[in-house]
Parts: sequence; structure tokens; C-alpha cells
Amino acid sequence: MQALLSSLVSVAFHGVAYGMILYVISVGLSVTMGLMGFTNLAHGAFAMAGGYVLTTCLSRFNIPFPLALALSFILVAAVSVVFERLLYSRLYGASELEQVLFTIGLIFMSVAAARMAFGTLQSPVLLPDYLKGQISLFGRDFPVYRVFLIVFSGGIIATLWFGVERTLWGAMVRAAVDNRQMAQSIGINTKRLFTITFAVGSGLAGLGGALGADIVAIQPTYPFEQLVYFLIVVSVGGLGSLRGPFIAALLIGITDTACKYWVPEAGAFFIYAATIGILLWRPAGLFGKRT
Amino acid sequence: MKHPVGYSAKPGLRATEYLPWVVALAAFFVLPDYLALGARILTYILFALSLDLIVGYAGIVTLGHAAFFGSGAYIAGVLSAKLGVNDPMLQLAAAGAGAGLLGLATGAVILRTRALAQLMLTLAIAALCLEVANKANSITGGADGLSGVTIAPILGLFKFDLYGKTAYLWCLASLLIGWWLVRRLVYSPFGASLTGIRDNSVRMQAIGAPVYLRLLLVYTFSALLAGVAGALLTQANQFVGLNVLGFEPSGELLVMLILGGVGRMYGAFVGPIVYLIAQDYLAKQFPEYWYFGIGLMLVLVVLFARGGLLGIVDAALARLRRKA
Repeated sequence: MQALLSSLVSVAFHGVAYGMILYVISVGLSVTMGLMGFTNLAHGAFAMAGGYVLTTCLSRFNIPFPLALALSFILVAAVSVVFERLLYSRLYGASELEQVLFTIGLIFMSVAAARMAFGTLQSPVLLPDYLKGQISLFGRDFPVYRVFLIVFSGGIIATLWFGVERTLWGAMVRAAVDNRQMAQSIGINTKRLFTITFAVGSGLAGLGGALGADIVAIQPTYPFEQLVYFLIVVSVGGLGSLRGPFIAALLIGITDTACKYWVPEAGAFFIYAATIGILLWRPAGLFGKRT
Repeated sequence: MKHPVGYSAKPGLRATEYLPWVVALAAFFVLPDYLALGARILTYILFALSLDLIVGYAGIVTLGHAAFFGSGAYIAGVLSAKLGVNDPMLQLAAAGAGAGLLGLATGAVILRTRALAQLMLTLAIAALCLEVANKANSITGGADGLSGVTIAPILGLFKFDLYGKTAYLWCLASLLIGWWLVRRLVYSPFGASLTGIRDNSVRMQAIGAPVYLRLLLVYTFSALLAGVAGALLTQANQFVGLNVLGFEPSGELLVMLILGGVGRMYGAFVGPIVYLIAQDYLAKQFPEYWYFGIGLMLVLVVLFARGGLLGIVDAALARLRRKA
């Protein structure tokens, strides 16, 4: 009984940590896909870039951990603006097939670029001493880094929700998601809004990739391997929603951890099957707009 | 500009349509050292044709077409290695039937959805198939692959030889039949209704076309063809590996089709030829540059040359004609 309880707590804890990471990475995808109707399969490349920024900062330049985290957000967001203005914006309103192919092309390029720059091995994360080891909470030991992960991601998520629900920018984003033409015609500069939202979303992906580098190994095939998980979070949660992907990400995080812990031979099987079931039941996702 | 199909097109064979077959036969005699690569190209052409039917003509975007290719490949492999059924025709028939059934079952599900949900479902189904093949070690050999595949002589007469001559001609004959079926389908009223659904499914529904059933039918047929192509690959290699399933082969096939040109039948011929030959030269020597080049090419094709290589040829010919 005691053993079962402790493994339950452990699975829930690690599952939540993983789910938080998934959410921080995927939320930008949900918003940009809901906002612009753009099927961006290359979102994972931004997450990978964030991971590489962090690992490189820590191992090669000895930059302190908090600064490296901030850099992973800022650099990825800045680069994504260039991509959005130069490339993505040409394909708004293009067919789904074209967007899919274009972003698969970007994945291929990012995988190759990562391999040229960093080699095929995974990049290790050199955590600072104060984030290593265990911490004792409620009479149990937890890894410090995972606790930090949950708390920090929780902070980001709260800030994001506040930003979207309570600020003028958030109101404009919500208006544009609901009805882009109407938002445009009442004077919202949707083009600029797209660019900023895309940058924030990609920056968050970079930050998520950096935060999760200890859990989800940063290696060149990252954008391919993780794509399914990001897309599941977004499609099961519902496009354009903030709450839906959060619940979907936690579900996946916990289910995935539980499967690995108790039924490793079932592997990802259960998650795929559940995704198929949920999408059949509600094609627009758990919290998506019904059409 | 797309070639007209259905009622608006003349169904007779154009002179250029003999060209692929002449080239394929010529390659058999002129390049005996490359028959293994040739057989691989032929199977991928059949696979690309099947994808072109649903992506190019019916407008269904899928990221999981390798599910059918892979299941066909495994059906043929398991039949031979585990059940001792070595007749190549039986294997093709079983692979086609199995993949077709899988297509019918999954198509019935995914065609009820659209956009992101549909994309996600195709991806999830392909991932599920990969997971099954990976975990069912005792049947599929798991990550080590399935070896010990033997192929009996075709009709008891033509043995699969070391040089791949029989395999090449076998693949060529199968492709010819597949191409003929696809061509008949594309130029039929059914084909015309597919392009109608692709261009405006709401209007097709409104004029009384059974959109869902049409899509399901073409999806099933496409899965069947892909399954046959997978079985051909197994027979030519006498081996099945996990790399026939999952997202990467699906994406790679899309790349080939795009490179050649979508929705124009012969794009499915040009794409695999160029892609696989280039891969044979470049991928081993410069894997990084190869991947980067593929990505760059995709981006450029989408941005500047949406008709693929054949589209470029078309545009060049049109310009020449205007000058003349």
C-alpha cells in the first residue's frame, strides 16, 4: 500500500512536470494555429533551438542558468520574427497542403542544421548546483529541478493567462481568433498582432525546450520525434484555446509517465489510441470551437 | 496549370505517355548494375501514384500514408518468413487486400473529420502502426527487422535472381497495371467528381454527390495500391525493416510527390526518380547537406514552383510555344 502510494505520487509528480513542459512548448502553436489558421509543423524546431541555446550557453560560455533561460526565450523569439516576416507570412491563406509541406521543409533544414552545428549526440544540460539534488516536501524527497520546473512553468502559465485574459493585447488576440475580419475592420492591426503573437509563441517554445532539456533530450531529431506530442496537445486541447491544451498536456504528461512506469511494453500505444478516440468523439478537441 | 481530367479531357494515350515505359525498359538493358535501385524506384512510383490519388486528386492531406505501405510490406514479409507462403502473386494480393481493409477501416474514421483533426488522425494511425510493428517482436522482428523472406518463382517459371532482373521486371509489370488502373480512374466520371470535391466539397455535396462515400472509396483504393507497393519492396529486398512505417517515410513520399508535381499523375513518376537517384549519390556522402537540401527544395517548391518539376517543364514549354 505504502509502495503503491509512493509510486502514485512519483508518477503524478513527474507527469505534471512533463505536462507543464509540453504545455509551455505547445501553447504558442495552439494560439498561432487558432489565430492564423497556419499549420506550423516546424514548431518543434523552435523548441529545439531554445534547448540548444541553453545547453550551449551553459557548457561553452559559462553563462549563469537564469540568464541562459532568458536568452533561450529572447533569441528564439527574435529569430522567429525574421522567419514570420520573410517566410510564413507569404503562406497565410495558402492551402493546408502547402503549409504542411513548407513546414516539413523547415523541419528537414533545422534537423540538418542542428546536426552540422552540434553533432548527432544529445546535448547534456549542465545544471547549476542549486538545482541539483533532492528536496524534502511533506515527508518525501523530490528532485529539486523538477520542483523548480513545475513552479517556474506555473508562473509562466499564470502570466500568460493574465496577459491573454486581462490585457488589451490579450483582448485583441482573442478578438482576432474569434473573427479576424471583424477585428481587422474595427482597426486592430492584425498583421502586427500576428507577428508579435508568433514571436511570443515561438519564444515560449524555445523557453519550454530549454526548461525541458533535462527531460526531453535535445538532439537533432527532436523536431521530428516530438512533433506528434505537440500536435496531440494542440488538437486534443482545441485550437485557439489556452485552457484546452493545458488539460491535454497534463493528461499526456501523466499518462505517458504512468505508461512508462507500469506498462512499458504498451509504450506510446495508449496515447495514440486515446488521441484517436478523443478526436473521433470531438473533432475540434476538448475545448475547441465547434464548427 | 493542371491537366484537365474527367469529361473535359481526351482519354486517349498521348505520345509522351509511352516515354516512361520505354525509358524503364531501356534502363533494364543499358544499366544492369542499377537494377536494385531501379526496382526500388519503381515501387516508390507506385507508392507515389497512390498518394497522388488522394492528395492531388481528392485533396486529402495525409501524414500517414506509410501505414499502408508498411502494412503491405509486413504482410508480404510475415506471409513468407512465418507462414511459408512464398508465391509472389499471393503475397501481393494479400498485401493489397490487407492494406485496403486497413484503408477502409481508418478512412471511415478520418474522413469524418477535417483540417487539423484529420491531419492528426492520419499521423496518429501511422504512429500506432509503427508502435505495433515495433512491439510485436515475435511476428515482425521488431527493431531488428524481418529477415528470412524467400520468394518463390513467379508462376513457377521466373526465379528471383541475384542480379535483380526478375525483381525489376516484376515491379515494372505491377507498376504498369497499377498505373493503368489509376489512369482509368482519373479519367473517369469518378475522377472528375474527385477533383470537384477537392476544389469545392460543399458545392459537390449540394449538387448531390455522395462526397463521403467517394472519398472513402478512393482512400481505400489508394491504401490498396500502397500496400501492393510495400509488398513489392519486401519482395525486391527480401527484408522488411521498421523504416517502412511512421512519419518519416510518409513525409519523404510527400517530398517526392511535391518534387515531381502534385495532381498530375506523371509527377509521381518524376519525383521518385529524381529523389531516389539523388539520394543514392548524395545521402551517403553528405547526409547533412542532403537533408538540408531536401528541406530547402521543399520550401522553394512551395514558395516559387507549386507545380513541381513537371510544372516548371510545362511553363518552359508554354513560353517556347508563345515565342514560336
